[in-house]
Amino acid sequence: MKYSAWGRFPVIDAAPVVFYSNKSLAKAIFELNSLIPFGNGRSYGDSALAPRFVPMRSRDRLLAFDEKSGHLVCESGTLLSEIIATFLPHGWFLKITPGTKLITVGGAIASDVHGKNHHVEGCFSECVESMHIMLPDGEVQRCSKGDELFRATCGGMGLTGIILAATISLKRVRSRYIDQITIKTRNLRETFDAFENYSSKPYSVAWIDCLAQGVGLGKCLLMVGDFSDEGGLKYEEKKRLNVPFEFPSFALNNLSVKAFNWLYYQKASEGISYQKVGIDTFFYPLDAVNNWNRIYGKNGFTQYQFILPKSASFDGLSEILKTISISGKGSFLAVLKLYGPANDNYLSFPMEGYSLALDFKIERGLFKLLDQLDRIVLKYGGRIYLTKDVRVSRGTFEQGYPQLEAFRIFRKKMGMNDKFNSLQSIRLGL
Amino acid sequence: MRHEWILLLGANSGMAKATGRRFAQDGYNIYLASRNSEEMENECAHLEVKYGVQAKALHFDALNYESHERFYSQLDQKPEGVILAFGILGDQKKAQNNFQHAKLVLETNFISAVSILELVARDFEQRKHGFIVGISSVAGDRGRQSNYIYGSGKAGFSAYLSGLRHRLFKSGVNVLSVKPGFVATKMTAALDLPQKLTAQPEEVAEQIFKAVQKHENTIYAKPIWRLIMWIIIHLPEWIFKRTGL
Repeated sequence: MKYSAWGRFPVIDAAPVVFYSNKSLAKAIFELNSLIPFGNGRSYGDSALAPRFVPMRSRDRLLAFDEKSGHLVCESGTLLSEIIATFLPHGWFLKITPGTKLITVGGAIASDVHGKNHHVEGCFSECVESMHIMLPDGEVQRCSKGDELFRATCGGMGLTGIILAATISLKRVRSRYIDQITIKTRNLRETFDAFENYSSKPYSVAWIDCLAQGVGLGKCLLMVGDFSDEGGLKYEEKKRLNVPFEFPSFALNNLSVKAFNWLYYQKASEGISYQKVGIDTFFYPLDAVNNWNRIYGKNGFTQYQFILPKSASFDGLSEILKTISISGKGSFLAVLKLYGPANDNYLSFPMEGYSLALDFKIERGLFKLLDQLDRIVLKYGGRIYLTKDVRVSRGTFEQGYPQLEAFRIFRKKMGMNDKFNSLQSIRLGL
Repeated sequence: MRHEWILLLGANSGMAKATGRRFAQDGYNIYLASRNSEEMENECAHLEVKYGVQAKALHFDALNYESHERFYSQLDQKPEGVILAFGILGDQKKAQNNFQHAKLVLETNFISAVSILELVARDFEQRKHGFIVGISSVAGDRGRQSNYIYGSGKAGFSAYLSGLRHRLFKSGVNVLSVKPGFVATKMTAALDLPQKLTAQPEEVAEQIFKAVQKHENTIYAKPIWRLIMWIIIHLPEWIFKRTGL
């Protein structure tokens, strides 16, 4: 059957590994040469693509919850949205959540995802107490913080085995609302200053207009906030909109993206403004539209996300924004964020500095532009995010991840490189 | 919180799982009966954590007919409703060449269902209470070359359910036949199904739940399937024989 991930590129022929029990899963691992676990298909590129994949969504059970500690044990196919719907009404929320709740816990671990509070709370692995993983020999092993298996698995892109279940800690909240402050800036310098000024706020993220040039380069809407004390916990998800078919590829072009960015920027008040918004609006604005990836047309799209060390961020971002602006390749959603210190997992993406994420539809000339951006990222000591990637070269990737060799050695030692592989891991020699 | 129990037979199937959750959401306690009862422990935990109901995993082997009587009589509390969801698709080509395989498909989909549901029917008839849901298939509506062994098993099961409905009507017990078309479950995971005709197990569960409340007789998973099967059933044999269905 045909399948692809969120970017809908590439589309490959692949067959699912169907299993009915741990025993039959172990048997499949034993019999097959190469496979990769597949969660909810929200990584963008080829990190969960392989000719044989293991669909994990059916392992979606909440197994135990301790109301004293906030520790939740759940199977790895559980969606974050399920956790929120179940526990927010009782005053609990995810400690770390990315910009979509439609991912599995296993996927969150494998990508070691991060969210708007990375500068305060770090990556998803911070809230993972322990997990159970099926290794290449079919044995199920428990690991927790401090274990090498844990360090390799968090951010390890499903390449260390099949995560079966995890214990994660939730945090107490008093409301389903966020008190949000929106700061409209006029250029990159103001944007950086605003991030620094509001760094004590636990949540922050900026939407940046990538097609702005000259004096307006780097202007953005910075949104910061924290959970409110008011508004109650009664949580009900709004009905989602849907994109029922794929848009023609030409629908997104330089002009339409400019218009969108202009409108988006205009609708916010000048300077600083205050809002109270629901958690779905604040954390998951795009989840409100099912299949939004179809707007990029049948050729699909990719997201380019990189991070630069803090000291080099201003110069690096200026150069990259200029390059994109000159290329005229549109990106709606350019998301800028200030990150806190890196953790010691082998392949986790974050480091202290600024990260920018941009969506591009797949079209002629795009990969050339991205290669050009890669060179700038490397020049400033940055790296790119595997979860979004579909095209980076081995050389570029290797330079960004100093612990890659340790990861490779561990995979080899444990026999994981013979069993668990994706198109991406083969391309990059992970 | 309710005190009634629902018995799910073949609880490891995708459709049973979704249906059990739908009833648990309404406060029912759930017996999860499966050959693979270990796998069911996690589902029990889920039902308890998520819906605050009681759930029990039970070992049940559909093909071990002798065990059925003891299985049913040993339930601590007799169920308010029974949902039979076990079944296997089998492999049509294999079944044509290997009678053992054909027998397995027929027994699992039909004979074993008769064995356990007769016990349930007797109990419900005496109590003048309860409901039975049988998950059959559109494949039983007309035999087709591509899966008639499975289809004939399901045809038998559908006819059985219809007769049972007739018999139990007087006792106030409703029997619901469910004929899902394509449903995205583990059983069909490896098939390339047309998206527009394929239901999610949660949709089917919702339909089953509502149909039970309304004492309906037969439902198709997506309404379009009623039309599709009407056409397939009414195709004249001389045309039907020439199709590739």
